[in-house]
Amino acid sequence: MNYHWDWLFFFQEADDGLMYYQWVLSGLGWTVAVSLTSLAIALLLGSAFGVLRTTPNRWLIAIGDTYVDVFRNIPLIVQLFLWFFVLPELVPRDIGLWMKQDLPYFVTAVIGLGLFTGARIAEQVKAGINSLSRGQRFAGLALGFTEWQTYRYVRLPMAYRIVLPALTSEAMNVYKNSAVTYSVGILELYFQYKQIIEKTSQVLEITIVITLAYFVVAFATNRLFAWIEQRSRVPGMIAGGQGGK
Amino acid sequence: MGDFDFSIIAANWRFLAEGLRYTVQVTLTAMVGGILLGTLLALMRLASLWPLRWLAAAYINFFRSVPLVQVILAVYLILPLLLQFLTGRLIPIGADNSAYFTFTIFEAAYYAEIIRSGIQSIPRGQAAAGYALGFTYSQTMRLVVLPQAFRNMLPVLLTQTIVLFQDVSLVYAIGATDFFGAADKITQRDLRPVEMYTTVAVVYFVLCFALSRLVKYLQSRIAIIR
Repeated sequence: MNYHWDWLFFFQEADDGLMYYQWVLSGLGWTVAVSLTSLAIALLLGSAFGVLRTTPNRWLIAIGDTYVDVFRNIPLIVQLFLWFFVLPELVPRDIGLWMKQDLPYFVTAVIGLGLFTGARIAEQVKAGINSLSRGQRFAGLALGFTEWQTYRYVRLPMAYRIVLPALTSEAMNVYKNSAVTYSVGILELYFQYKQIIEKTSQVLEITIVITLAYFVVAFATNRLFAWIEQRSRVPGMIAGGQGGK
Repeated sequence: MGDFDFSIIAANWRFLAEGLRYTVQVTLTAMVGGILLGTLLALMRLASLWPLRWLAAAYINFFRSVPLVQVILAVYLILPLLLQFLTGRLIPIGADNSAYFTFTIFEAAYYAEIIRSGIQSIPRGQAAAGYALGFTYSQTMRLVVLPQAFRNMLPVLLTQTIVLFQDVSLVYAIGATDFFGAADKITQRDLRPVEMYTTVAVVYFVLCFALSRLVKYLQSRIAIIR
């Protein structure tokens, strides 16, 4: 194979005075920032809509179901394009201009990715709450808790522990999905990957490095969640397991 | 912006339909190829020889830990290098064709995990009964275990296929003209993002929503009452 291996190109200077390995690091930084912010938004939205779907009120259930159906059935890249290129045209002119000119890309991107991921988390939160026995809610109500208090003090603390393994894989997916935000101008890891290939043609080296980088962040997240799982487990309960494998 | 202009869609529907056809073709190819390769990987993962288990696990974990967009671009760039190395000639593949290959090998990893858990859901006694009747390994798998396993996992396999159908939109990364790519190219020319991207979103939503309802229905129909 007449491919010219050159691992040292990472230490060559690029056009902007930085070295290529610094491009990789800056991309990694953006990937982590986008992913963690989106994950935080997704956990909030997912919990809220997941809870809505388990309430006794059928209008609230319909709202929760609609959210999940809409955001799960449209590809992520299309959703991001809707937020970036369609929404500014639909809102009043002034707001649209502000969205196009002043609103940082980062904000729109993490909201887009957050809404997308939130729909998946809502599904899991719902499944977690539904897996609890009805008696848990009844016991709460019998103790004089309001409906909301049964969620806050009785049902959600158990439900989160049950779905923690599923949340772990969702958290790992966010890193992979964050790569799609390159298409709306976020300078994250995949964007840098593309750019470095265009500048240097060292496809194999950079593919290996970027793959490892994604692997490392996903693995670190996995360990973090395993740690949370171990710390939060309730003695004597099956839920909360052995802290992942 | 003005009003929603349906004539833009009417004027370009042929190009959009071509894109959608390509998306469906990639989806179906990757589904069939991915399930075949995925079954092989799942069987390897459950094999008694450790090198087979190890190889399959490495393959599956590798593809499950990298972003699909990255694999799409990497295969598009590396496959020609590899082919040139193997055949000694420069063979141009093109973005459209490389996507068929990428999605097949990528989805195989995801299908493999589904198939593995499907096989593991079949009671051990079924395989033991097969061997007791004098079946070989391949007969036991083909005639006893896999038919039951596939029946159990059909809904999950189809759900994964809906995800795959949506993920084909990521060939945007290499500029292939799938459904979304077609809409994007029209937008670049006519500067009508609202009509084009909304159309793509609505069509995707309708198709995927209908398919996911179908999966739900199927799930209730094929459940084996034990």
